[in-house]
Amino acid sequence: MSAEQDILQELAGREYEFGFETQIEMDIAPPGLNEDIIRFISAKKQEPEWLLEWRLKGFQLFQKLTMPNWQNFKLPEVDFQAVSYYAAPKNKVKYNSLDEVDPELLRTFEKLGIPLEEQKMLSGVAVDAVFDSISVATTFKAQLHELGIIFCSFGEAVQEHPELVKKYLGTVVPQSDNIYAALNSAVFSDGSFVYIPKGVRCPMELSTYFRINAKNTGQFERTLIIADDSSYVSYLEGCTAPMRDENQLHAAVVELIALDHAEIKYSTVQNWYPGDKDGKGGIYNFVTKRGICKGKSSKISWTQVETGSAITWKYPGVILQGDNSIGEFYSVAVTANKQVADTGTKMVHIGKNTKSRIISKGISAGHGHNTYRGLVKVGPNATNARNFTQCDSLLIGDRCGAHTFPYIESKNNTAMVEHEATTSKIGEDQVFYLNQRGIDNEQAVNMIVNGYAKEVLNQLPMEFAVEAQKLLSITLEGSVG
Amino acid sequence: MLDIKNLHAAVEGNAILKGINLTVKPGEVHAIMGPNGSGKSSLASVLAGRESYEVTDGSVDFLGKDLLDMSPEVRAREGLFLAFQYPVEIPGVSNINFLKTAVNEIRAYHGEPPMQAKAFLDMLKSKQKLMEFDANLMNRSLNEGFSGGEKKRNDIFQMAMLEPKLAIMDETDSGLDIDALRIVSAGVNKLRNKDNAFIIITHYQRLLEYIVPDFVHVLYNGRIVKSGTKELALELEEKGYDWLKEDIRLEEPVQ
Repeated sequence: MSAEQDILQELAGREYEFGFETQIEMDIAPPGLNEDIIRFISAKKQEPEWLLEWRLKGFQLFQKLTMPNWQNFKLPEVDFQAVSYYAAPKNKVKYNSLDEVDPELLRTFEKLGIPLEEQKMLSGVAVDAVFDSISVATTFKAQLHELGIIFCSFGEAVQEHPELVKKYLGTVVPQSDNIYAALNSAVFSDGSFVYIPKGVRCPMELSTYFRINAKNTGQFERTLIIADDSSYVSYLEGCTAPMRDENQLHAAVVELIALDHAEIKYSTVQNWYPGDKDGKGGIYNFVTKRGICKGKSSKISWTQVETGSAITWKYPGVILQGDNSIGEFYSVAVTANKQVADTGTKMVHIGKNTKSRIISKGISAGHGHNTYRGLVKVGPNATNARNFTQCDSLLIGDRCGAHTFPYIESKNNTAMVEHEATTSKIGEDQVFYLNQRGIDNEQAVNMIVNGYAKEVLNQLPMEFAVEAQKLLSITLEGSVG
Repeated sequence: MLDIKNLHAAVEGNAILKGINLTVKPGEVHAIMGPNGSGKSSLASVLAGRESYEVTDGSVDFLGKDLLDMSPEVRAREGLFLAFQYPVEIPGVSNINFLKTAVNEIRAYHGEPPMQAKAFLDMLKSKQKLMEFDANLMNRSLNEGFSGGEKKRNDIFQMAMLEPKLAIMDETDSGLDIDALRIVSAGVNKLRNKDNAFIIITHYQRLLEYIVPDFVHVLYNGRIVKSGTKELALELEEKGYDWLKEDIRLEEPVQ
């Protein structure tokens, strides 16, 4: 009806808030993917020989692997030779203090609401800011250092803690996992590294903020988080990019390792540029994220709020190897305009008494298509494995789509796997009800959507939950049916 | 307060209201009765501004302003309240937050600052007591998993909180058991004063034993065919609607 269309149009008409471009001198590698480029990146980062070898192996695998064909969207042709694989703000590769950082860069993060000067920061959140290929600044380092916590850029970790990187790199997401993981392992630029020592409960949220700025570049960051015995960490990533007419590729890899009794909580608020309302431009967000509960009674919890990107394609999963370990996945994925999301999780039960919980909330509006794809796999030794999956879809308007592909493979007859699914529509009746109480259309839609996503939003750290709620409403500006 | 003149409305091209005339003054309670499909709920929907109803003719003046020119939320903010025949469920939206938003939206419209948390909670408590509303329902999601009766009571509770000038109750009595009916009616009676007015749409005379109307109108085939005082309701209870239909058929021109 027309009121709904008005809201939809209004929502759709909302500009992407973070679409500006920072004018800064950049060091950009020529487009193209070959061994020379990989050597160039590795040399730029002054990497040890073993890492260069590892990259080259990744490149070989990339050349052998083929594109998957099971996804529920039309995979766009990506010309890997047209992408530049390295872009860094000129002048310095490594910053020793914020004073050395180009003020233009600091202003960029300020504009994004991520001030890097510590006195202005959200208290209790340490931030690593990644601008194109380079980590710009990591805050609260000294404070964390006292506890033995390592939180730094990936490049720095390679230099300072090579033994840890070597031990864990590629152990959760093998280079051969998929073609984008192979690509990432060949050309990854930067990212964050976290190590929480035994028995330490990280006292603040650790956060990485990714910003793609340069044109025709891809972003290929790698994040590695290791929580040693009985430690705890909560980590959050956020991301934005300028508005551009051409598509840009983001192919990250995230690996989490939880040892005995350790807990990792990983939250993502993904707000890459989604393209315009006709589907022009936007980020291809092809990401491989996986955690392993290696130790007994360990826990890994993924929470994601996916509002951006032209295409989101990712399945943060947990390998439940340790006995009594727990894996969780909480997701809200929104697709408006012509956005596409094919996302979900993989829970692989290997150890005894392992538990997993999946709560997925898809929201489709405009011409958006939202797919939940999930795998729950129970191995022969996973006695008493438990899974609960709830998979809800909310439709706004009548031109969008919601799809669900749950896969369950159980090789152990003591396993209990539950799956619940619902599909609903934001009704004209619901909006009218709220209207009749004095609440306008836009706010009505916000209330309904936030109510629907509440179970997931509740999982986010407080500051980010507020941020995520705002993002949801901005993304959906344009959507009642 | 409300002045409806020659109101015509249609849904998907089908005429539903065919010339309604009705005047409601402050302090009055009007009951609208009539057989199924006569247009009672449609009248409520048109007054509240439901999108699917198209006004084809006539005018509605509400407190000196053109009601039909306002969006549904502005009508609400101006003081028009509809207690729904079927209140909807909105999962995950807490009853309290919803009410707070509604109260503050209406205040903002009238240039008043948002209500402070303490003042709001005090108001909530006093109205809960007044309306005998179960505090447990307050903390739940809006109507989610409520029984039919609880939903209706929640609507009436909202009415108490929002303090409308004109409340339209669309078959609020349907689905209520006798006890709930008594509580809801008592609540409405407590809210009645010389400055507000009620339009009560109902099938049954029973509700009108509890909420005594000043006027009773019979709606049939999109028009008010008979108006009277509360005695008319008793007459309808006794004789049904058929005698009225007969009268009207005789009056209608041959087509």
